[in-house]
Amino acid sequence: MNDPFRQLLRRTAPLLHGMILAALLGVATIASGIGLMATSAYLIARAALHPSIADLQVAIVGVRFFGIARGLFRYAERYVSHEVTFRLLARLRVWFYQALEPLAPARLIQRRSGDLLARIVADIETLENIYLRVLAPPLVALLVSALAALLLGRFDSRLAFVLLSLLAAAGLGLPLLIRALSRSVGAQMVAVRAELNSRVLDGIQGIADLLAFGYEPHYLAQVRHTSQRWEHLQRSMARLSGLHGALMGLLMSLAVWAVLSLAIPLVSARRMDGLYLAMIATIVLSSFEAVLPLPQALQWLENSLESARRLFQLVDERPAVLDPEQPAHLVSTPHLRVEGLRFAYTPDGPLVLDDIRFDLPAGKHLGIVGPSGAGKTTLIHLLLRFWEYEGSILLNGKELSAYRQEEVRRHMAVVSQRTHLFNATIRENLLLARPEAIEAEMIEAARQAQIHDWVQSLPQAYETPVGELGVRLSAGQRQQIAIARAFLKGAPILLLDEPTVHLDPLTEVQIVHALQALMQGRTVVNITHRLNSLESADEVLVLNAGRIIERGRHADLIQQGGFYQRLWTLQNDILRPA
Amino acid sequence: MQLDRRLLRQARAVRLEVGLTVGLGLLAGALLVGQAYFLSQTIGQVFLGGATLRQVRPWLLAVVVLALVRALLVWGSEQTAQRAAGRVKHELRERLFARLLALGPAYVHGERSGELVNTTVEGIEALDAYFRHYLPQLALAALVPLLILAVVFPQDWLSGLVLLLTAPLLPIFMILIGHLAQTVTRRQWASLSLMSAHFLDVLQGLTTLKLLGRSREQVRTIAEISDRFRRSTMGVLRVTFLSALVLEMVSTIGTALVAVQIGLRLLYGRLSFTESFLVLLLAPEFYLPLRTLGARFHAGVAGVAAAQRIFEVLGPTAEAPPPLPTRPPPAPSRCGPILTSTLAFQQVSYTYEAGRHPAVHGLSFEIKVGETVALVGPSGAGKSTIASLLLRFIEPDAGMITVDGRALSDYPPEVWRAQVSWVPQTPYLFYGSVADNIRLARPEATLDEIAWAARQAHAHPFIEALPQGYDTIIGERGMRLSGGEAQRLALARAFLKDAPLVILDEATAHLDPETEDLIQLSIERLIQGRTAVIIAHRLRTVSRVDRILVIHRGQVVEEGSHPVLVEQGGWYARLVGAYLRSSAP
Repeated sequence: MNDPFRQLLRRTAPLLHGMILAALLGVATIASGIGLMATSAYLIARAALHPSIADLQVAIVGVRFFGIARGLFRYAERYVSHEVTFRLLARLRVWFYQALEPLAPARLIQRRSGDLLARIVADIETLENIYLRVLAPPLVALLVSALAALLLGRFDSRLAFVLLSLLAAAGLGLPLLIRALSRSVGAQMVAVRAELNSRVLDGIQGIADLLAFGYEPHYLAQVRHTSQRWEHLQRSMARLSGLHGALMGLLMSLAVWAVLSLAIPLVSARRMDGLYLAMIATIVLSSFEAVLPLPQALQWLENSLESARRLFQLVDERPAVLDPEQPAHLVSTPHLRVEGLRFAYTPDGPLVLDDIRFDLPAGKHLGIVGPSGAGKTTLIHLLLRFWEYEGSILLNGKELSAYRQEEVRRHMAVVSQRTHLFNATIRENLLLARPEAIEAEMIEAARQAQIHDWVQSLPQAYETPVGELGVRLSAGQRQQIAIARAFLKGAPILLLDEPTVHLDPLTEVQIVHALQALMQGRTVVNITHRLNSLESADEVLVLNAGRIIERGRHADLIQQGGFYQRLWTLQNDILRPA
Repeated sequence: MQLDRRLLRQARAVRLEVGLTVGLGLLAGALLVGQAYFLSQTIGQVFLGGATLRQVRPWLLAVVVLALVRALLVWGSEQTAQRAAGRVKHELRERLFARLLALGPAYVHGERSGELVNTTVEGIEALDAYFRHYLPQLALAALVPLLILAVVFPQDWLSGLVLLLTAPLLPIFMILIGHLAQTVTRRQWASLSLMSAHFLDVLQGLTTLKLLGRSREQVRTIAEISDRFRRSTMGVLRVTFLSALVLEMVSTIGTALVAVQIGLRLLYGRLSFTESFLVLLLAPEFYLPLRTLGARFHAGVAGVAAAQRIFEVLGPTAEAPPPLPTRPPPAPSRCGPILTSTLAFQQVSYTYEAGRHPAVHGLSFEIKVGETVALVGPSGAGKSTIASLLLRFIEPDAGMITVDGRALSDYPPEVWRAQVSWVPQTPYLFYGSVADNIRLARPEATLDEIAWAARQAHAHPFIEALPQGYDTIIGERGMRLSGGEAQRLALARAFLKDAPLVILDEATAHLDPETEDLIQLSIERLIQGRTAVIIAHRLRTVSRVDRILVIHRGQVVEEGSHPVLVEQGGWYARLVGAYLRSSAP
């Protein structure tokens, strides 16, 4: 990963024209402010000499022009800069999605943090503001400073030099100074803020445990304590950040003082007309408007860099799996064979799967059971070609890695523990599995998943929006949608990863029928905790800590008196409502 | 104007700080006028009076001295403003959190919890800008222009009139356009978050898209949606940016008007140069506080919006917060057991949401001290509601719960809860050490006592095996524990608390047989010699308890021991039989 800022700038390059235009408009806005005050001051000074009114005409026109122009420039600047920002937003999202797509899902699963994706979205939103808040202010400040210096330089170059140094002190020195002073407080604030957040989160989500154990007064005291520390830190921060507003005004006055101290002797020496003194003072005062937003820009720059660093770090990762250059093609009904399969998530990490072997001819059913953490889901992920592996996974006699990833997945349908539904209609959610399917095929799939009647009962039937923004589906209905997708996809290999594990027993019974219908005529790898669903399996593997500890048919395993038999006893111990 | 009655009441508590902020700001404004005066004097004397630098040096120096004092005032007002905001936020945060604790789990459940966390942290922080910037600026936007007018009028009444007449245009336009802009902006924000939601949705569903071979075509959709959003937003912004235009226009044209008319009168000798220059320097300063207020308008809106939600949660009692217990209630050993003979439900009903089916309805049963009772029934039958009633997370809508013949509601909840140990299916693990998580049950417990409780719960071996043993940090940002490990921590809490009544929700998670056995053993040990109510899911458990209550649709439909109920051939027999039959080989 090289310098994230440069990478970021490269992404913004195509919008350069818009940015330059917006920056020029920003300069024009502030310049109009300077122009207004300068021409006004000139007008007054000139009038004080009692010339004829015709001599004032140009100045009057100037005053009027700048008075009106400033508002118009401001409007145009806002408009163009927001247009640029929104274009940037679209580009960043598309770019990021394109970069992330090959990494999914392996590299995303690996970071199990649940809010990783929300974080990504927030990071991109931060970057969207990079032009408006980070790039534009310094550019505008630079150009305005140059312009103001040029105006003063016409009288004497020392005036320009003094103004430039004080503008630099206010726009560059002051923010950097404050940042250096507040660095340690800032770091503490981040930590205490996170602590406050997690204390409140814990207190609210764990409220039942707190109350049941009568711990709430203690906990409240802890929250109070953290909140107090947060307030103290904010106070320390205000002491430093308050310097900005205070010193900015002081620097402005110092600039006026210094410039006038240089200019007045020039007037006395008749090397400069006193007429211009008022104008010079107003130019100095109004040019400071350009450096006011710079401390904020510095802060935004830091935020943006942090966001950029996180995003690039993610995007720069190598995909877990690469397609072969000359891919093989799958033709006949697939035969799956696994030999000596080993897997670890990191090269020196613990083995998650060790010496897994099985043979699954077309149309046969394989059951896999084991406690959580045994490596069952990992095995499914390897079959789906999410990761590279050691040993062999043979599909029709050829190694899985000889095929393109899409080719492998085209032949597999998955129903996993939880189903993601998109914020779209039921129809769109189903047709994802096969966009070209006709109406009758979609309805047939829904019927087989036993969800058609329910969908028909909705006012908008298949056009009903689902997900966060629409109708909330129960866990069982979500699984039925997943089953309907699998029917619609019609892939010959079916991978089931405990599809009913999060369902209550009553719902589970309903889903099981649809699942049984789905398994008919397919090659099935069935990970389950419902041992009685394995009675008809051709083989059952019992997995514990990544190894096969028992294997055979259900009826035989029950007789053996081993792990499987104990699981079976445990399961029969559970009460199930009829 | 964004003034909220309840927020202003909060401000009253910090009126000294707010008053100081405004006072210092006003004083700084007065010094600014002074600076303008000395500056105009300096330039006037050099320009028309032919003075040298030496002669005007005191005037020029006065400008810098005033700037120095002004810097101190500005810094000071930032400090007082921060103090005001900090105190209000701290006080409100504590009250809000205490209120949530008082409202209990029935209010703070599932989906709402995320929003409440957000209100308690982010919502309160949104008040920062309101108290720090918006509220003082509101006063300054009225006072500083008045101060400047008071200086300008004696100098030149015509300029004063121009300022006086144009000034009201700013707030008027701000309110006019603000209203228009606010509604459009709100709509636009909604569509912005909709677009972000779409992007997040696609990222979350990326695995699904990949499995279905649809992930690449999403690029086009993302581009299209972003582009559509840009076009519609720019249409809207065309209007909302008018407010910026007007804010600029009124103040620049006002300044231009002042400049031109004093210029003309200066020409005819009706004004002096220094007077004119002073008025010109003050003109932009006259509009500045109003423009700043416009820029801080958003902070006002955001603050009021956040306050609305905060005060909604605080409720009508927000006026006078109930006194918070500063000390924990006495431990059960000190106040003696409350339950000595029977615990009874008498015709208890409870409904979670008005208009919905009652969760329990006319429920009656009795539990004798020392008895172990199992609650059995399909999910949604009302078992968890009974546990919540027993824990006093909720109170009956009708009927009553009695302890030894006395109404349970006679006891303060915390005194009653001191008598109860609760073992939920999935205990909440707080961010902190393992020891702290167990210590929750008895804050004054020593490390030895904690280890003893962990041993009773068969949790000691796995805790010892953790990287830092009992000091290992767990919870959201710490190490993750497996389901079986978390359950054993919950049992350790119950052992440490050593309360006479145990309420236990048996886990249904699928664990390996060894862990299951360990948990069963510690449960047996825990309920020995105590009164226990178990929400049971296992045959092994129900066959061991003294009595089973079969719950269906919020009522007890059958009652008795396991063999008796199986004999009866009723609901319970079907419940037990159904599974055995369906799984028979």
